[in-house]
Amino acid sequence: MRIPCLGAGLVLAAGAATAGNLPELTVITYDSFASDWGPGPAVEAAFEETCKCDLKFLAAGDGAALLARVKLEGERSEADIVLGIDTNLTAEAEATGLFAPHGGTVVDLDVPVAWEDETFLPYDWGYFAFVHDTGLQGVPQSFEELADSNVSIVIQDPRSSTPGLGLLLWVKAAYGDRAAEIWSALADNVVTVTPGWSEAYGMFLEGEADMVLSYTTSPAYHLIAEGDASKAAAPFAEGHYMQVEVAGKLASTDQPELADRFLAFMLADAFQAIIPTTNWMYPAAIPDDGLPDGFETLIQPAKPLLFSAAEARSARGPALDEWLNALSR
Amino acid sequence: MAERAQPLGATGAIGIAAAAAIPLLILLATVAIIRVAEPGSGLARADWAAIRFTLWQAFLSATFSVALAVPVARALARRRFPGRGALVTLLGAPFLLPVIVAIFGLLAVFGRGGLVNAGLGMMGLPQISIYGLHGVVLAHVFFNLPLATRLVLQGWHEIPSERFRLAASLGMDASAVNRHLEWPMLRQVVPGAALVIFVLCTMSFAVALTLGGGPRATTVELAIYQALRFEFDLDRAAFLSLIQLAITVFLALLAYRVLRHAGFAHGLDRPMMRWDGRTPVLKLLDGILILFAALFLLVPIASAVARGLPEVLGLPQAVWVSALRSLGVAGASTVIVVALSVVMALAATRLKSQGGWIETAGLTALAASPLVLGTGLFVLIHPVANPEALALPVTALVNAFVTLPFALRSLVPACRTIESEYGRLADTLGLHGWVRLRLVVLPRLRRPLGFSAGLAAALSMGDLGVIALFADPDTATLPLQVYRLMGAYRMEEAGGAAVLLLALSFGVFWILDRGARRADA
Repeated sequence: MRIPCLGAGLVLAAGAATAGNLPELTVITYDSFASDWGPGPAVEAAFEETCKCDLKFLAAGDGAALLARVKLEGERSEADIVLGIDTNLTAEAEATGLFAPHGGTVVDLDVPVAWEDETFLPYDWGYFAFVHDTGLQGVPQSFEELADSNVSIVIQDPRSSTPGLGLLLWVKAAYGDRAAEIWSALADNVVTVTPGWSEAYGMFLEGEADMVLSYTTSPAYHLIAEGDASKAAAPFAEGHYMQVEVAGKLASTDQPELADRFLAFMLADAFQAIIPTTNWMYPAAIPDDGLPDGFETLIQPAKPLLFSAAEARSARGPALDEWLNALSR
Repeated sequence: MAERAQPLGATGAIGIAAAAAIPLLILLATVAIIRVAEPGSGLARADWAAIRFTLWQAFLSATFSVALAVPVARALARRRFPGRGALVTLLGAPFLLPVIVAIFGLLAVFGRGGLVNAGLGMMGLPQISIYGLHGVVLAHVFFNLPLATRLVLQGWHEIPSERFRLAASLGMDASAVNRHLEWPMLRQVVPGAALVIFVLCTMSFAVALTLGGGPRATTVELAIYQALRFEFDLDRAAFLSLIQLAITVFLALLAYRVLRHAGFAHGLDRPMMRWDGRTPVLKLLDGILILFAALFLLVPIASAVARGLPEVLGLPQAVWVSALRSLGVAGASTVIVVALSVVMALAATRLKSQGGWIETAGLTALAASPLVLGTGLFVLIHPVANPEALALPVTALVNAFVTLPFALRSLVPACRTIESEYGRLADTLGLHGWVRLRLVVLPRLRRPLGFSAGLAAALSMGDLGVIALFADPDTATLPLQVYRLMGAYRMEEAGGAAVLLLALSFGVFWILDRGARRADA
């Protein structure tokens, strides 16, 4: 996940100084990861301590737009690592042929799925959820209750945003053939559809909607970073769709060894300990010190939902058409 | 005057080549689009929705703009008050105003935390949302009400003042004047004004990008952007571009037919005096209308400035860097426009009566919307180079194309006048080529050239269209930076950057336009 005050990647990008003749490793990622408040700066400092290199983050919108950019640049990309797509997009990403196998042996992971992917490695995971103010009356407990209520929501575009795509597949996984009907019923609850998670969460914090599609872990940000217990995630009876965020190495990289070292570093304690309180997600390999205080207050979905990478790829197209049809009326 | 055979000269040849290059490039872009366009399973329901939304919002925007403009223009036509001239000049300002700055101002007035909602909240009324159809229409009316007012006001000024004199001597009251003089004029002027605004609204990308929300409020141009940047689906982007091209070409041809209207007979250009409409009620009504129009224009801009001005000095480095980038793009656009328009205007002058096609060639740039042209160039560039690396040159080029017709409009007649007044003398003195250009033509072209250059610089400075299609986060221009900061809800910085953009846009226009006039004096 990402913290709420973003877009700071822009500031970072322009201020980046090149450090002498050190080899440069470029990681292209979503906006909030590279922002001042995201994991970017801490990860950069930690990796540069040992790598004798210059680590550079490039921000490129939300996760799905990130993949579009990688496709656009193709083999001309300056990036070495793509960090921030999720398992709903890995099959599509793999099919571009632009990625190289990670080549590493996967150590003990704390992701709730068995990991067999030979191209991508996970770095964190979480459950999608609608986040609201605890003052909200009549918090819906399911998509059907939400559709029947007057509660307003901001969601993300599934074509540009991984949370947006996650929501699409969440409804599909929970309702199957009834998904189109659910979307039609939800249409009048949707205030607007934003291109990315950052815009949507920002609108929610400014009071433009009652609920926002985010993660069960989002309230931890407000609780831990701001000492504010007024945000909560609504548990839904259908279960909660999961997101496993991954990174992969581009085949066109001019720093293959450095890229491999970064991927290994990504699952080490130094990186993983940064994730919970900067990206506000569950780490893919829980560090020795465990999860930070406050995470125990978060809701634990009784029924996790997740399509496999192949299922997600084939479900995406038809689900997207249903979504567009329902929401364009 | 009989046409003298005049050698075309090098400048003339370059001018003809330049004039031919424009439709050629557009043709090339169109062919590129047609080649990759994949209709797939034809028009999906979402595509129909985008077409419907594009036309519907343009219809509403044009209707509201013109319906409001008629009474405002009438009030301006029959009243004289201090500041009237300034207000009429101000009505031209939105043309130069960067769209993203206006949106920032409109959000400050009509957004969730804005003045209007604060007022509604105090009265216990439900809040309004600026996202979706009403936001898009509101922004379009903001931009086009002034344009419509100017067009309709011009109609009023074209009624010879002798007719009002006659109407007064016949003892006509306001409604009789309306029936006999104003109504026939409006019937000629209003359809054209409405159509121009309709066309402009089908091509306005930045408004839909910022205020449109979700598939329900997506224009065809926004769908092109989404296909390219969200999904990198070149086939679909090209297919949607063809749809957009069909819409604009159809509307442009329609506008061309409608706009050729006959004017009133000419009068003696005596100052217009109005004897009708002198009742207190009409005076009050006109006053309210003028005040309303002025506030509707000024309050959003003033709010944007008030919110952003204190932030300007504290803006992060990235914003200043993007401002420099924007100045570079604006400078390049200006150079392209000046160079192309001068050689084309000279060629048109040399070609005498056969030179009409040169101006028409420039006009073809308007048939393809900037975003469609951008998509075409994207499709052309992508196989050979990274489009992102060419974001700034392409933005400069496309913006130059958009301004070129306006530049030609003022330069071609100016060049013709210079040739007819000084041509023989220059011939006699044996002034040819570069010397003639430098000593005879350019000094006398200064004013229209300064205006055209200013227009090119300001429009390019504020553009948020092609750049959004091409740019990566590292090559953002200032308008794109404002958009990104707004998206990140960093409103203070967005406000500061918006004020900077506003100052730079009007600044470059002022320097070029005024600078040319000053040098002229």
